Amino acid sequence: MTLQILQHVDARGLSCPMPIVKTAQAIRTVASGALIEVLATDPGSVKDFGAWSRTTGHELIEQSADGGVFRFVLRRK
Amino acid sequence: MDDSLNLVLFSGTDDKLQAAAVLAAGAAALGKPVNVFLQYWALDAFRADRIGADHGLAPEAGATGRAAVDGLRAAGQASWAETLRQAKELGGVDIEACSLSMDLLHLDQSDLDPLVDGVEGVTAFYLNAGAGQVVFI
Repeated sequence: MTLQILQHVDARGLSCPMPIVKTAQAIRTVASGALIEVLATDPGSVKDFGAWSRTTGHELIEQSADGGVFRFVLRRK
Repeated sequence: MDDSLNLVLFSGTDDKLQAAAVLAAGAAALGKPVNVFLQYWALDAFRADRIGADHGLAPEAGATGRAAVDGLRAAGQASWAETLRQAKELGGVDIEACSLSMDLLHLDQSDLDPLVDGVEGVTAFYLNAGAGQVVFI
């Protein structure tokens, strides 16, 4: 099954906490259940996105790293 | 509110304001109510005519710290004022000037950047803080 991503957040080059702030802003623009993809280079973002997902209830459904770029796919609660 | 973050900002140097803005934005992104209370030199840094100026660094930064901070900024780090603006866009962030500090600095609310929502006393600050944690920077 291919996941349909509705919104992309390019947070590459942004330092903490901007990747999370931009994601929190963006996830409001999609409906409940919709997916958003985030790219970030902040090394703290791996733990931050896990913590943000657990606290807010927006599910972190994919996570990967490639050459210093971290990718997260989240589903809006 | 019990899960709120309540920041009392006293220091007016860019490094401490940056650290405070990061705490505020992180809490706002988690949906926590954030109350910011501006006192003394932190309030002075929110003057509309000077908010974007160089407010210096804490003395312990030294020349090496200055270079490190400049390097991060050159790499595109958002300023503390921009970080707070983004945090306010998420909602739940209220920034109030301490009325005593307004008197001390002979300021009127019209002298302050629009990031500042209003002027209040310490009692109103504590009322809004409820049982939430209070952090002094």
